[in-house]
Amino acid sequence: MASRYNDPMDATSAQHDPPPAAVAFHIHGLTKVYRSSLVEVHALRGLDLDIHQGEMLVLLGPSGSGKSTFLNILGGIDRPTAGEARFRDHDLARMSDGELTWYRRDHVGFVFQFYNLIPSLTARENVALVTEIARRPMPPEDALALVGLAGRADHFPAELSGGEQQRVAIARAIAKRPEILLCDEPTGALDSPTGVIVLQAIERINAELGTTSVVITHNVAIADMGHRVASFANGRITQVVVNARRQPASSLRW
Amino acid sequence: MRALDRKLLRDLWHVRGQTAAIAAVIACGVAIVIMTFGAMVSLRDTRDRYYERYRFADVFSQLRRAPLQVAARIGAIPGVAEWETRITRYAALDIPTLRQPAAAMLVSLPDGGEPRLDRIALRRGRLPMRGRDELVMSENMAAALGYAPGNELAVLLNGRKRVFTIVGVALSPEFVYVLAPGQLMQDDRTFGILWIDRSIMEAAYDMKGAFNDVGVRLAPGASEPEVVRRLDALLARYGGTAAYGRSDQLSNAYLDQELGQLRTMAFVIPPIFLAVAAFLMHMVLSRLIDTERESIGLLKSFGYTNREVGAHYLKFSLAIATPGVIAGCAAGLLLGHWMTTIYQHYFRFPFLRYEIEPVVLSAAVALSLAAAILGTWGAVSRATRLAPAAAMQPPTPTTYRRTLADRLQLGRHLSMPTEMILRHVERWPLRALLTISGTAMAVMLLVTLFFFFNSIDELVDGFYFRENRQDLVIGLVDPRAEAARFDIARLPGVRAAEPVLQVPARLAHGHLSQRIAISGLDADSAFRTFRDSAGRGFTLPGQGIVISEKLATLLELHGGEGVHVEILQGARRQATLPVAAITSEHVGLSAYMERGALARLTGEPGTVTAIQALVDTAARAELTRRLKAIPAVATLSTREQAITALRETMARSMTIVIDFYIALGAIIAFGVVYNAARISLSERGRELASLRILGFTRFEVSYVLLGELALLVLAGLPIGCALGRGLAWATARAMETKLFRIPFAMQPSTYGIAIGIVLASATTSAAMIAWRIRQLDLVAVLKARE
Repeated sequence: MASRYNDPMDATSAQHDPPPAAVAFHIHGLTKVYRSSLVEVHALRGLDLDIHQGEMLVLLGPSGSGKSTFLNILGGIDRPTAGEARFRDHDLARMSDGELTWYRRDHVGFVFQFYNLIPSLTARENVALVTEIARRPMPPEDALALVGLAGRADHFPAELSGGEQQRVAIARAIAKRPEILLCDEPTGALDSPTGVIVLQAIERINAELGTTSVVITHNVAIADMGHRVASFANGRITQVVVNARRQPASSLRW
Repeated sequence: MRALDRKLLRDLWHVRGQTAAIAAVIACGVAIVIMTFGAMVSLRDTRDRYYERYRFADVFSQLRRAPLQVAARIGAIPGVAEWETRITRYAALDIPTLRQPAAAMLVSLPDGGEPRLDRIALRRGRLPMRGRDELVMSENMAAALGYAPGNELAVLLNGRKRVFTIVGVALSPEFVYVLAPGQLMQDDRTFGILWIDRSIMEAAYDMKGAFNDVGVRLAPGASEPEVVRRLDALLARYGGTAAYGRSDQLSNAYLDQELGQLRTMAFVIPPIFLAVAAFLMHMVLSRLIDTERESIGLLKSFGYTNREVGAHYLKFSLAIATPGVIAGCAAGLLLGHWMTTIYQHYFRFPFLRYEIEPVVLSAAVALSLAAAILGTWGAVSRATRLAPAAAMQPPTPTTYRRTLADRLQLGRHLSMPTEMILRHVERWPLRALLTISGTAMAVMLLVTLFFFFNSIDELVDGFYFRENRQDLVIGLVDPRAEAARFDIARLPGVRAAEPVLQVPARLAHGHLSQRIAISGLDADSAFRTFRDSAGRGFTLPGQGIVISEKLATLLELHGGEGVHVEILQGARRQATLPVAAITSEHVGLSAYMERGALARLTGEPGTVTAIQALVDTAARAELTRRLKAIPAVATLSTREQAITALRETMARSMTIVIDFYIALGAIIAFGVVYNAARISLSERGRELASLRILGFTRFEVSYVLLGELALLVLAGLPIGCALGRGLAWATARAMETKLFRIPFAMQPSTYGIAIGIVLASATTSAAMIAWRIRQLDLVAVLKARE
């Protein structure tokens, strides 16, 4: 699949993206089977894909097509049943629980569909939860400012709108300056204008910090903001399309 | 402060209701252990110091009369460090305000001062002056009769009335527990101790230059049996009634028994409380942490290590447990002091030394905290074992199965909410089991505690109604001729009278021996019924000796075997008698013989020491008045009086503690049910809110949650009753002492009361939960996944 990847600099892009250089993730034959006492669910059926550093990759597909499982494996919170998943020189498939923990701590930022904020902590404290254990974090205030929430730092999740909560989640994910930002349906619970604000935040992180970003969506409109779009169906990647013309998040509507 | 710690504080505040309930349960467990052990240890220490400070003798002997020169030979016995001779006598008292007769033991005080041994602790007033008609009264009696220094008291000194002035009130280590001869229970109004100047006693009883009572303190390392043997040999020809050590000294034996019972209570009940509390805390904490599954997954996805997550929740648990432990320690120390003070008054120790052993304190604390840590550990490691992705999955529908009721085709008769209840219970059997066992434990504790009241009732019923039919026991000042019985029988209101002879004796079988009193009764006595271990009644046979079960056990005797009997008075005769029967009794070590045979064995045929009688209720007052006027009558005890005294004694020694335990049992019951319900609510809030949105009423929704709770509580009740019965039986066995056995007689009402208390606790917590269900914010619950 890597062969189908084209350097975006060659494409006529509206934006001046940094050239995606080295390969961040190398995925080969990735398989994941969930076994319960009753059934066996094949979530991933042999995926091949390389993800480049600094790239914004959109994963598109219906529910149950394997996107989230793939993302979870990239993020080190789940492990493949078979196949290869490498982040630089880390072999994610063979790392111990402890090694995966340190991998997540040092490299990965997560954004979830349902925000997953700790309700008993304020916006600033939710971000601090991560910066306290990170190696070279930015101040929580800076992270909140990056997502346009500098003024809401002392509010509890219950006092924030859905879009604001998701932006806190993004701030929490990027505050440790991760090399990878993984977003699972970041706008799934939001209306279109709110979703656009959240996507702009993700776009800005990718552009300004050069964070390799993987965004899951089942919303085709959102796919336009990625460098590439990988379509999932039935545990397989059916096609990878290079966006000839990336759309800025601000122009997206759905 | 770190963000994680801030989360901790806010989370704790959020579950403050549960925190308080858990803390209360653990505080009860810790408090009860510290209280009981503290009181037990303090009482033991206080008694030891009391004995030491007031120089309680080690060996005692009574005799008829020995010249004072013999005393020097007592001092010459190897192993005797100190000795004190004195004169003691029983005497009737004339107390106008009292309807029944009263008596006292008169004890001589050395001329002009304190005895060397068995000193008295003057509580008020002073010692009697030499040669004056003054006396010091035991504090128990003074308090019961309302006497104080300055009052006068008429004593029948050798049959002649003599008025003394009370100059002091005192306590003595020798008479912590005072029992009139032939009586079963202490009655301070009718029997006490009077200390009188020796010269007065010498003159009144013709004991000039003589003594009839000696106490000995052993040198360090001396052998008590050896000293007893030599003392016996020395005093035999002066009418010695066999010397004995502290273990056979009446007051000390009773005190030992009471402390022994306290000790058993401390070892049996409080550890159960603590274990139950620890178990509950373990259960509640682990479920509380199970509900934190998502947060744990989230923290792990950020890269928090298992150690960091574990430490966080460990802090959480300890933050809940620690206030409970601290409150328990504080309450335990305060209550222990309070309880010790109550016992101090009860035992009438002149001072109190309250102390808690650090090892008890730290054991209670360590066990509680260990339970908290274990509970947390299990739940956290369960959560961390999950891959973070799995922990954070949106709440996937749990795989429920058709229940047994469905499979048996009963399902169609059940409503959907009832189905939900049954499936939930079947799906989470362990959780259901924990709630059931928590309830069962609360019931178990309560049943065991209430059982003690049953056993007191049974004791009274058995001893005073089934086994002994007499209404009145008339104790005589000195052994009298058998004819006294006819003097009594002639009095108006007496329907029947039987004489009794009590004789001190030593019973031996092989190398085992016990010092007891043999009761001589009429063969086929109409008043006394014996029961064998199977509960069959029999009357006293004309030959051989009947001994109580406990005595048979201690002497390893069986029916038909021979027992060696040594009479410890008069000519000290010995004989080997066959054991005619073994009787099942709960109080004391007893032996019974046909009175004539016993009298012949003592060498003083035809004597009696007490008369028992059946009395017309209507004539009782007049009879009492007339009996009181008879100088030979020392004590009079009616059945009512004895029962009252028994119940009072029990109330003071036992029920104080039990009442307290019962209150704690109720708190535990509440803690279990409230927590079980509260956690269910937080686990299922979303589900319940969904039902509300679908149109279920608040009542129907409450039913889904509280119906399950009711089902589990109801299931726990019979189990608790069965466990309680077993524990009561085991406790009764464990508390058995030489002098006292707790009958096992469980009243059905006991189960009813225990169940009632638990149900009341459960209903209260259900009401609190129902209120919370009313407050469910439907929109908020459905909008977010928290």
